[in-house]
Amino acid sequence: MRGRPLLNTIPKNPTRATPSPGVLRSQEAAARQRLSRFATMTTWLENEAVLGYVLMAPALLLIVVFIAYPFSLGVWLSLTDKLVGKPANFIGLRNFTHLFESQIFWGTVWNTVFFTLTATVLKAVLGMWLAVLLNRKMRFARFIRATVLLPFIVPTVLRGLAWVWMFDATFSVFNWGLLWLWQTAEGLFNADFGYFRGPLWLGDPKWAMFSIILVNTWRGIPFFAISFLAGLQTVPSELYDAGDIDGATGWQKFWHITVPLIKPIAVVVIVFSFVITFADFQVVYVLTRGGPHNSTHLFATLAYQLGMASGNLGEGAAVALFMFPFLALVILWQLLYLRKEGNQ
Amino acid sequence: MEARVGETFRKRLIVFYIPLLMFLVALLFPFYWMMVTSVKPDVELYNARNAPFFVWHPTLSHWLYLFQNTIFTRWAWNTFCIATASTAVSLVAGVLAGYALSRLKFPGSTSFGIIIFITYLVPPTLLFIPLASVIAELRLLDSPWALILTYPTFLVPFSAWLLMGYFKTIPRELEECARIDGATRLQAMTKIVLPLGMPGILSAGIFSFTLSWNEFLYALVFISSPQQKTIPVGVVSELIKGDVFFWGALMAGALFGSIPIAFIYSFFVEHYVSGMTGAVKG
Repeated sequence: MRGRPLLNTIPKNPTRATPSPGVLRSQEAAARQRLSRFATMTTWLENEAVLGYVLMAPALLLIVVFIAYPFSLGVWLSLTDKLVGKPANFIGLRNFTHLFESQIFWGTVWNTVFFTLTATVLKAVLGMWLAVLLNRKMRFARFIRATVLLPFIVPTVLRGLAWVWMFDATFSVFNWGLLWLWQTAEGLFNADFGYFRGPLWLGDPKWAMFSIILVNTWRGIPFFAISFLAGLQTVPSELYDAGDIDGATGWQKFWHITVPLIKPIAVVVIVFSFVITFADFQVVYVLTRGGPHNSTHLFATLAYQLGMASGNLGEGAAVALFMFPFLALVILWQLLYLRKEGNQ
Repeated sequence: MEARVGETFRKRLIVFYIPLLMFLVALLFPFYWMMVTSVKPDVELYNARNAPFFVWHPTLSHWLYLFQNTIFTRWAWNTFCIATASTAVSLVAGVLAGYALSRLKFPGSTSFGIIIFITYLVPPTLLFIPLASVIAELRLLDSPWALILTYPTFLVPFSAWLLMGYFKTIPRELEECARIDGATRLQAMTKIVLPLGMPGILSAGIFSFTLSWNEFLYALVFISSPQQKTIPVGVVSELIKGDVFFWGALMAGALFGSIPIAFIYSFFVEHYVSGMTGAVKG
């Protein structure tokens, strides 16, 4: 009735309170129409395919706008000389050839490989060890397990700051501890070792790499330990009893019972952590910002330095894209692996 | 692997207690270090001769500095709002997608599952530069919406993946019963699967909240004015002036930025853990 003058709806005969049959009929029709529209919508949603697409829509929208589109934009940017605030010109593969000629880039490639491999192996080994320890019956088991995860849940950069202060060459724990050891050793052997100079943890390229690996490992161990622990808890204890009866040692039981049984979970955890470590940004940003002399850059921090700090968006995007083929391989392998596992 | 009969205390000490203790000390020391540093007067902080592990004359001056001379509370509020909103967005999208992928058969459902899995493994560092351009095009730079809308890029795939696994454990028969009783598909979902899936949804929510609370790169790139920053970015960028580190205040900031999330975590440990391990297993 919208749009019609209001007067029309007032009944002509004031004694009759009910609206005229015509008005009634039109209201009824409108209601029925609304109802049927609702009904068609619900029957529509009864269709599995329609409901499926409707439910997928929000997630897909987010993925298209904030992942798929930025990805193609990133590919385009990497082929341009885009600077912040300037129009982009297509320059083909020049960003990439430029990177191939740069020592900093090759240093970054090497750093990323070394950092990822070392940190992942350390995390897997130490995490496994901690998981086995946590899997024993002990008092306060739940409490201890909960505290172990702490380094993993509080913000990485804030924890990173605590480490920066611990690495401080003059005033802080590591060098103080080393100095203490040095002096104790001097006392023990009754000798003069000379002047002690602690490493410049974050100021020396070798030690800086060591430091970022240490902090990344520290932060990742809880994740490995708790995930492995979840796997360990599914291993039936009868198997260990059987091992005991056969006279197996602790190591033998670990290699022949534990490892094969938690392998499916372990593989997924390791691959997952591999990806995260490979793409790490925060640890390096807080500890060294890629320094000293660009010796600890990973792909992500180099991309940030070129793209954001220096405003060279094209080159930054190109560096970030170097992560892609590698990630694609890992994802593909993981998909195939999961499919294989699923079929078994 | 429980303590076995006949295992001597000495052996247990060497293979169990000492390693466990070393792990705990190594994992928790940085927190102790934060705490001690934040209450140390500067005289003690910058004195190389003191044993650095203890504090002789504790002071609250760094805490006061943090709350009075910086806008730390503002950052905390920003972080809280952004984490809550992005978690809500991600849960809605994640629950719907997780349900669709675990329960409904429709053309393309398998490829959607694979898409979700792929995006799950796409790290934020791969896309932040073009994403910054997208955010600029949408005129969202320096607005909390930039983060509320972009955090779901890693939270939605994660939640959907986790919930997909969780919904699969709810017996299909329950839903079929409801359908026979005349419930529509939508009703079967909202009245049967969602209430039963609450533990899984809670896990996804807790995990998403902590991830958004801790996020650093996007907040660093998309937000520039101090007023709009989140705790991690605010502490790192506003409390370090050039090369000058105010260690007392920095550690106080790190401590108070970690406490809320550790507090929330302490209430939901089990959910957090099942979220973490569930997301890995799928």
